[in-house]
Amino acid sequence: MLDPTPTGLHSGGTPLLQTVGLTKRYGNFLANEAIDIDIWPQQIHALLGENGAGKSTLVKTIYGLIQPSEGEMRWQGEKMVLSGPSEARARGIGMVFQHFSLFDNLTVAENVALGLDGKESFKDMSARLEEVSNVYGLPLDPKREVWQLSVGERQRIEIVRVLMQNPKFLILDEPTAVLTPQEADQLFIVLDRLKAEGRAILYISHKLEEVKRLCDTATILRGGKKVSTCNPQQETAASLARMMVGADIKEVKAAAGRKTTVPRLVVNDLNMEPDDPHGVRLANISLELKGGEILGIAGVAGNGQDELFAALSGERQCPDPGTIVIDGHAAGHLSITLRRKLGAAFVPEERLGHGTAPRMKLSENALLTGHAASGMVQHGFVNTAATLSTVDRATETFDVRKAKRDPEAASLSGGNLQKFIVGREILRNPAVLVVSQPTWGVDAGAAAVIRQALLDLAASGAAVLVTSQDLDELAEITDRIAVMFHGHLSQPMATAEATREKLGLLMGGSSLEQKEAPHAVSA
Amino acid sequence: MALFEAIILSVLAASTPLLIAAIGELVTERAGVLNLGVEGMMIMGAACGFGGAWLSGSVIVGALCGIVAGTLMSLIFALMTLGLAVNQVATGLALTILGIGLSGLIGAGFVGERITPAPHLYIPGLTDIPFAGRILFGEDGFIYLSLALVIGVWLFLYRTQAGLILRAAGDNHVSAHALGYPVLRIRMFAVMFGGACAGLAGAYLPLAYTPFFIPGMTAGRGWIALALVVFASWRPGRLVIGAYLFGAVTILQLHTQALGLGIPSQFMSALPYLATVIVLVLISRARTGGSTAPAALGTVFVPDR
Repeated sequence: MLDPTPTGLHSGGTPLLQTVGLTKRYGNFLANEAIDIDIWPQQIHALLGENGAGKSTLVKTIYGLIQPSEGEMRWQGEKMVLSGPSEARARGIGMVFQHFSLFDNLTVAENVALGLDGKESFKDMSARLEEVSNVYGLPLDPKREVWQLSVGERQRIEIVRVLMQNPKFLILDEPTAVLTPQEADQLFIVLDRLKAEGRAILYISHKLEEVKRLCDTATILRGGKKVSTCNPQQETAASLARMMVGADIKEVKAAAGRKTTVPRLVVNDLNMEPDDPHGVRLANISLELKGGEILGIAGVAGNGQDELFAALSGERQCPDPGTIVIDGHAAGHLSITLRRKLGAAFVPEERLGHGTAPRMKLSENALLTGHAASGMVQHGFVNTAATLSTVDRATETFDVRKAKRDPEAASLSGGNLQKFIVGREILRNPAVLVVSQPTWGVDAGAAAVIRQALLDLAASGAAVLVTSQDLDELAEITDRIAVMFHGHLSQPMATAEATREKLGLLMGGSSLEQKEAPHAVSA
Repeated sequence: MALFEAIILSVLAASTPLLIAAIGELVTERAGVLNLGVEGMMIMGAACGFGGAWLSGSVIVGALCGIVAGTLMSLIFALMTLGLAVNQVATGLALTILGIGLSGLIGAGFVGERITPAPHLYIPGLTDIPFAGRILFGEDGFIYLSLALVIGVWLFLYRTQAGLILRAAGDNHVSAHALGYPVLRIRMFAVMFGGACAGLAGAYLPLAYTPFFIPGMTAGRGWIALALVVFASWRPGRLVIGAYLFGAVTILQLHTQALGLGIPSQFMSALPYLATVIVLVLISRARTGGSTAPAALGTVFVPDR
């Protein structure tokens, strides 16, 4: 382990890593513009910013994956030029990726071996792997293949792989995005320990409360530039958010006196085998959703949310029609189009490829979900005026920003495309809206617009089902919350009673009745 | 007994070009590249291999010419799909069409010529053992080489660091790149190995199987090699079994015709493909998880820098 260097207040000495005027240019676009950051040993340094603020570009540059256009990096006071990640690793820089850089069909040990620079034998490496994972309390079975492991275990591989290089400096890119609150707490214990050992950590996150709790310094990026470096413990979540966005975020307001009416979406004992080997089997799922109500489904990704969406939308059908009832009509056996005709609308998680055809125009994408029920097709011919007017209405109502009237879907930013997709469905005045991860990877401004639109839709009498991994989002807009775990859905509880602890337990697979087993370590 | 021995000898000879071409394609596909141009690379290997042997009088020079021809063809493929990120399926099909045409042009001058085919091993005593002697110790060099290649590939893929990196590039090129591995360079070498093997497999036909060259003499063996890789579910061990099985079917086809059993020869020629389809169905039904095909197979990779 490293000597803990007593730097404390960083009054003297040189920082471990410094970037000086670091700039990355793609054509005319400046992904990073003159960024100066100092990182000291024994520091957990947060890197904050919205999507597209330049965080990923910056850390990829520090890890040697991207060459800077201008500026330089200094490592322990000396100029550092990295031709690739292996040079970064050789100096003691390690990185845990947001989208794990793992190989599903290889074993844990093989995955770890690929992240090291192979000077020791496979056997020695395996032994050291076991040692490191025990020392830090990150248990792993080296012989299992990655596809068999949970998300939490996969992240452990990434972390252990980095720790085996005995790094002086670790970069973690949104490490808690996929973890339950309890798993995140365990991670924080490991990070505090690494800090105490004298290592420096650069911590990227969207979760401001987490940053306030864990980090001693924060650097905020906006539009590729550094806005400020501050002590997050002396800021509020609102003041950090303001620096990230550059403006106050409008607060989302629920309409007063929303009334619930008749059940509009009912699921009766839904069971479904997965259609691919990595899938999750849905077991005994029942729920009832009234008009005017928003039901949230929480859960760690990969616990059956995608399969549930496919079953509700009709991408997969059930043999028994009565399993899914839309507005009083048995719909389990119906296709997507017939379900849409009953007044249902669907917004899948993936915007490009599932929600829209990326290379088709917005008007054509409007037609793709609207053809069944909105007069866009007459006698087999497309009514171009009608499709274009849908685009115009969505643009106006939901503030979609785009370069021209009818661009390709792929040319819009994530937030604007999501506003368009949600808008396209809401404009059809659906009786039931099923939406998955409505604001995933969307900037804060667009997220507020989308959440408000969902609240307004419920206020108009529709039933809304929202699947999300963002507990804050669910707390903000839902009336009731249920949790998915291993294909089972918990009893919904009123949002006011759904504390993070309760949700966390359910997300980790414990039932609330058995309090004696708070959190299964095996995750 | 003599008939049985003759059948086994002819099965081994018919299987060897399939095995050599397929082991090369297996390495290419394990790196994540689907090269459908095997047939084209093989027929070029056959034409250039025969030309080399005929001009020099040496089978070894011929084999080397075949290897070079196959490798050059695969470099065209690598340039298109790795360098210019062109669709692999379209490029592979184009490579086959190019190979068939070009080999006809190159080989036009050699049609009707004959060479002395590759000699068979002869170890006094051992080769003279009845039955087993001829089969085990009396083959041409290509057959021993093909088995050595399979063992070498197995050792490489599962026992070396480089083999692990190659499999990683075929499983997830984004991750491999993020860890700092040169995905495109790895894939280029894998494609070149595939080309070299296809060229050698093609050269085997005029150098050992029949001692003359005729245009189009690969007769779909490249496609069978492609099916064979799938049949073997990308594993070298199963590839050997598959190759001898497919080779046997080819020979069986000749014998059923000779015996006049009334089984249409077209049905027999279709058998390897039918077997591949059945194996694919069985694999996907029996699979409990994970994927048998390299996950990144056939996908284009463009690194961001």
